[in-house]
Amino acid sequence: MSPLQRIQSMLGVGTSLSSRRTAGGIKPPSYKEHSLRSRIMPMPIPPQLKIPVGATESGTIALDIAAGDHVHKYQKLAQLQLSAQGRTSIPVHAPTSGIVSAIEEAYVADHSQQKQVCIVLKTDGLDTSLPLEPAVDYRQLASEELVTAIRRAGIVGMGGAGFPAADKIDSAAHQALDLLIINAAECEPYISADEALIRERAEGVVTGAEILQRASSARRCIIAIESSKPNAIQALEQAIEAQTNITGNCELLLVPSKYPVGSEKQLIQSVSGIEIPSGQHPAQHGVLVHNVGTSYAVFQALVLGRPCISRITTLSGQALKTPKNFEALIGCSVEFLFEICGIDKSLRHKTLLGGSLMGLQLPSDNAAVSKTTNCLIAAGSDELAPPTEIQACIRCGFCADACPVRLLPQQLLAFSKTANNSQLLEHGLMDCIECGACDYVCPSHIPLVSIYKDSKAAIETRLTNHERSKVWQQRFQYHQSRIKKEKDQAPTRTKAVPAKKPAAESEVSASNNGNEQEFFSKEKASREIAAAVARVKARRDESKKAASVQDKSK
Amino acid sequence: MLPLNTFWLVQLSLSGGLILATSLLLLKIYKYLCYQLTAQKSLVKQINRILPQTQCGQCGHPGCLPYARAISEGEASNRCPPGGHETILELAELLNEPVLELDPSHGQFKEFSVAVIREDECIGCTKCIQACPVDAILGGPKLMHTVIEAECTGCDLCVEPCPVDCIDMLKHCEDAPVIFSKIHDIQGARP
Repeated sequence: MSPLQRIQSMLGVGTSLSSRRTAGGIKPPSYKEHSLRSRIMPMPIPPQLKIPVGATESGTIALDIAAGDHVHKYQKLAQLQLSAQGRTSIPVHAPTSGIVSAIEEAYVADHSQQKQVCIVLKTDGLDTSLPLEPAVDYRQLASEELVTAIRRAGIVGMGGAGFPAADKIDSAAHQALDLLIINAAECEPYISADEALIRERAEGVVTGAEILQRASSARRCIIAIESSKPNAIQALEQAIEAQTNITGNCELLLVPSKYPVGSEKQLIQSVSGIEIPSGQHPAQHGVLVHNVGTSYAVFQALVLGRPCISRITTLSGQALKTPKNFEALIGCSVEFLFEICGIDKSLRHKTLLGGSLMGLQLPSDNAAVSKTTNCLIAAGSDELAPPTEIQACIRCGFCADACPVRLLPQQLLAFSKTANNSQLLEHGLMDCIECGACDYVCPSHIPLVSIYKDSKAAIETRLTNHERSKVWQQRFQYHQSRIKKEKDQAPTRTKAVPAKKPAAESEVSASNNGNEQEFFSKEKASREIAAAVARVKARRDESKKAASVQDKSK
Repeated sequence: MLPLNTFWLVQLSLSGGLILATSLLLLKIYKYLCYQLTAQKSLVKQINRILPQTQCGQCGHPGCLPYARAISEGEASNRCPPGGHETILELAELLNEPVLELDPSHGQFKEFSVAVIREDECIGCTKCIQACPVDAILGGPKLMHTVIEAECTGCDLCVEPCPVDCIDMLKHCEDAPVIFSKIHDIQGARP
């Protein structure tokens, strides 16, 4: 890209490629420079790894190994069969060699905040690996074969969602895909994993992008990056130039550096001008977005033959002496990574997963790094603006200006306070991407996003309750119809009894004939009892008569 | 001839017009009545959709639908304890009425819970089965009973008739909604 083109693309005029304006957004200080000071570090092998397989609720887990087995690096350990989408599965591979000591539930550093099934691997430090599959030329493979290879490598969305990459491609398979966007816009403060990756391994990223383009048969492939990352842009330009000489046709697009431009729908709007309507997927509009991390993992899987066993993770925060980016093995504990960076525990105020705006507090410092752990912050006490006193909304409207989805945060706040669900839905609460831009600009320090999260949860329980009450209603109707039916049948049953009376005699005769297949009835029983009493009487009378006759004869 | 003809013509056209006008008027009245009826029906339906369908009868009606009918005819909408504040809010919005507090004479709002029978204490009297409004209790005379947890509305109606007090109301388990979908399939298959 020439300087002129770059200026044009920044101004949004001229040539074919130019970014479009998007609504809202903020420009918070980035704090990325600390972790970008050094190169990506390979990490030493920790004594123990807890490799997350998945939560038991999300699907069925099929283990390939048992506790006590010795495993090699790259060996497949287990796979998670997702229950939501029938046929898909995410395999998990061993990041190093060692002995499986247990399979247990443990906390994982991802957005679920719940315990997941983990394979505990006691490493032996030898790092003996299985022979890697010989690299095949991806240019010779059909798109289905590429998707299968991506699925086999266990690649999920590295940006944070963790959706299986192969499924994302599959979901768009039946559509004519117009555009593949590789998301290199890493707009949240602190996170620098993608930028570090591009700076040092741009060729891999660009090759991965080309593979993804072939796999999803997209017409165009655009790598979108913020204009505020000159080093990364330069690396990408060189890599694209080198690749264009061979086969690829990736393009580079600079997007304005504002938060949250890296959010999927905002990025699509920024790149193509298409605004994806609420409740629809980008694939329905011929667009697919993959993260650069995913793209690099795809490059590793297809060119190097390596499954997904590590990822680039940023470690940052005031409590660390040397913040940096690590090539973290999946399953190593957060605390172990912090130790290598020289953590001063007395300075640490809290531990965050993700950036400073959308980050979540980790449930445990021993949580294991997962395939979606992009950033870990050991925050000092005066970092991340400590919560100050919450004041009343003054209706300044800053939040509405900042909202990238063009919602009305003030209105949503008012409706959340009165739990007015129908109004909340009407005002598009479900489209809130929880980016935290409104929180950031609010002069009254109202924790808007956490209020919206609570409201969303309340609405969801309300919806499930509604579904449940539908079933109850159905069952109540069934119960009533059953009661009515029984009532209707009841009089005919009582009528049937007197109708049986004249038939009783024939019944008796039938029983006399030895036919005992009839039901018990009161009349019959009383008659039988009466008959038995009469018989006994008659016998007594007879014996009395006989006695009197004998007396007379005496 | 001519004046007579015109006379009859005028007469005919006048009476024809009159008949036409009356029939049109009747049609209008009929349509209006139909509209009123359907409006009433759809209002009942809408109210019924908001009510929680526990069929507990705490409002004083035998089930949610009868209460929905009563509300549509002007009864107070704050008599549903299991629905709580949210139901009152939604009803008030639908009916365009001021939001009231829950009427305490009909009971207090309680967290959703399901009935669980202590099975070794059950004597098999079938009294709870008869009390259950959604047929969620399984069992026979002199045989142990049990509650199908996924179908229990938590209405409390089975607790009172039990002669040995072996029914507890416990908090419901998390995975119930999953089972609901299965029940739905079974119900669809029912003749």
